[in-house]
Amino acid sequence: MQIKILRSETNTYQEYRLPAGEIPLLSALVYIKETQDATLTFSAGCRASVCGTCAVRVNGREELACAYKVKPGDVIEPLQYHFVLRDLKVDKDKAKETLKKATTWLQKFQEAPLTHEDEKRTEKQTDCILCDSCYSACPVFAVNPDFLGPFALTRAYRYSEDKREGDAKTIIDNVQTNGVWDCTLCGECTAVCPKGIDPKMDITMLRGTSLQHGHQDPSFAQQSFGGPDFGGGGFGFDPNGGF
Amino acid sequence: MVDILIIGSGGAGLSAALAAKEAGASVLVVGKMYPTNSQTSMAQGGMNAALGNVNEDHISLHIQDTIKSAHGLCDEDIVRQMCADAPKTIAWLESIGVPFSRLDNDKQGIETIAQRQMGGASAKRACYAQDYTGLKILHTLYDTCLKEKIDFLDEHYFLNIVTKDGVAKGATFLDIRTGEVKQIDAKSLVLATGGYASLYHGFTTNAYGSTGDGIAAVLRAGGAVSDMEFIQFHPTALKHSSILISESARGEGGYLVNSEGERFVDELKARDEVARAIFSQMQQGQRVYLDVRHLGEEKLMELLPQEVELCKLHEHVDPASELIPIKPVAHYSMGGIDVDYALEVNGVKGCFAAGECSNAKVHGANRLGGNSLLEITAFGRFAGENAYKHSIYASSRAADDVQLQKDRTEIEAIFAKESSINFYSSRETLGNLFYEKVGIVRENTKLNEALEEVIAMQVAHQQMGISDKNKTNNQNLIEFLEFKNALLLAPTVISAAIARDESRGAHFKVGFEEENENFKKHIVLQWKRESA
Repeated sequence: MQIKILRSETNTYQEYRLPAGEIPLLSALVYIKETQDATLTFSAGCRASVCGTCAVRVNGREELACAYKVKPGDVIEPLQYHFVLRDLKVDKDKAKETLKKATTWLQKFQEAPLTHEDEKRTEKQTDCILCDSCYSACPVFAVNPDFLGPFALTRAYRYSEDKREGDAKTIIDNVQTNGVWDCTLCGECTAVCPKGIDPKMDITMLRGTSLQHGHQDPSFAQQSFGGPDFGGGGFGFDPNGGF
Repeated sequence: MVDILIIGSGGAGLSAALAAKEAGASVLVVGKMYPTNSQTSMAQGGMNAALGNVNEDHISLHIQDTIKSAHGLCDEDIVRQMCADAPKTIAWLESIGVPFSRLDNDKQGIETIAQRQMGGASAKRACYAQDYTGLKILHTLYDTCLKEKIDFLDEHYFLNIVTKDGVAKGATFLDIRTGEVKQIDAKSLVLATGGYASLYHGFTTNAYGSTGDGIAAVLRAGGAVSDMEFIQFHPTALKHSSILISESARGEGGYLVNSEGERFVDELKARDEVARAIFSQMQQGQRVYLDVRHLGEEKLMELLPQEVELCKLHEHVDPASELIPIKPVAHYSMGGIDVDYALEVNGVKGCFAAGECSNAKVHGANRLGGNSLLEITAFGRFAGENAYKHSIYASSRAADDVQLQKDRTEIEAIFAKESSINFYSSRETLGNLFYEKVGIVRENTKLNEALEEVIAMQVAHQQMGISDKNKTNNQNLIEFLEFKNALLLAPTVISAAIARDESRGAHFKVGFEEENENFKKHIVLQWKRESA
């Protein structure tokens, strides 16, 4: 079978021939590098969907190379909204900066009685492997490169919901600018997450918490000045806020 | 000049960084990938600490179990220290927000952490976070490093330790993105570079990068390595891809069966015994399978969802209705950099080592499941604290650039050299050779053959090189350097295995099937410096 891979040096798609058979894309990339073209560059780690290293785009959709079965005619490209270092290898530094901006860590520890139910509340969110698939799939980056993005917001939600967190307000305050309100709730992040995480839902939940902490949807606040259609304008009431 | 230079950004490196920073040191963490890409993410089962949350347990029992599993090759004092440190290390992880699985027991704090049974443990002792214990500890450590403003230098490949009169003064790195060779000066070093199970290329559960880079660097710097012959084989990896199927598959009631459908071993015995039983079946021409069909689809999806997916993807079988073809493969390296009670490298002062790369003599001849996550966090911190203490009195005079110039010349030579042998095929050959001749069951004749073949490969190495001549982002070059390290470590594993004429823990030798009191000692290897 043949697949096409976007090469950064020429900015063209190069065709590679693979033996027939069902193999993970990562095995195909390794096979090409070892036997046909040592210059083909990509990142790889654990082979088992947990190290977050090998995400690429296949036919325009984000996939972990180690978890995707390669098919004839597949077109392989690097992640979007990342600076391409070489071929499929991208620079993840800018995406990782979003974790610092959103201050996604436990701000102030307090001892708490935790239960099985508490564990389940953010179990999915803590499955995140930082593969950047959601970041690549998020259309908001096309218009706002400073958006905090799905994985940082999911992580912010995870810590803000932790009963051991004694200062959730700081996290909530730090996800207001270029954060929860900039998301269009399109759900692309949720669709591509290899771990089944739902950042769209987490962002929706963060919006609710933001309102409880006295924040409001800035676009709504702006609209309400000139828009008498919004009955509650100026009182911080958000019809989309989940009340 | 930075106070503490930490090389390796997995669980051990991040724990060391946090402890050193807490103590007041300036810290830089350098890694060949990004911090959360490390091998730590793959640890599934749990982390041992005698909390006694589920049933009665005591630190003394944890010590006892660890010593028993080590088959006389551990240092009991350092085992005692690790096991005693376990509860407070869990408390520390709790305080930074690790999302452990929980019990419903109306209690507070770490008393609510769920604990599960692991092989060789006399109580339910392993604290876990579903099947993602390593992943969740690693990511929480990383988040905390961001909080504490720890500096990271990612995508820098570690080349050599810079020493002066046997004291570490820094290290040299290849900046993978630019291709530049750099030296970073430091008052103390912490190596947290991981194990060497990837010597068994194609027959290991480890990530591609577990090539023992730090251990090879210590040898080159005149330091000692020990217990290199002790490599743990995990009984159940997928047959064609060597992807790990967690021990919990057997813990939950999975069977091991041969081609005739017969069970042939108690599935819950220690890893080394189960691995040997499987290997012996394979020697008799049997295929070996993991059978979890009787658990039912619903239970499988609830208990082992990761495993079900991996079987479907890599082995094209559905565990709910089909047998899973398996084989035992290299999983963990017990041996490594020889360190003293302060985790300082024997032979290189001011250089400390923690985690799988180090041999702190806690695992001995066989590591207990759940003790490696404990080692990386407890001893990662300990190494960071000790590195800080060393840095206080260390000279702040920077080293010269002799090592830097040497490494620059060497990298340039690799670029200049024409390659007539594809090292990728040699890497595969080495993996096959190790699995067949330095594997689960060893024989002196085969070990000697292996040693000869490795030496031949070291000679042939002169004709190996890189075909990608690009200076920047050259993964071909990195893999070549990793292979060079593997080739350097290969003879240490084989010669130690040849020297050990007995069977102990993970090392099993035909003709010497019993433990021999004369070999109740560590085999320590160190390069002699030629007086020039």
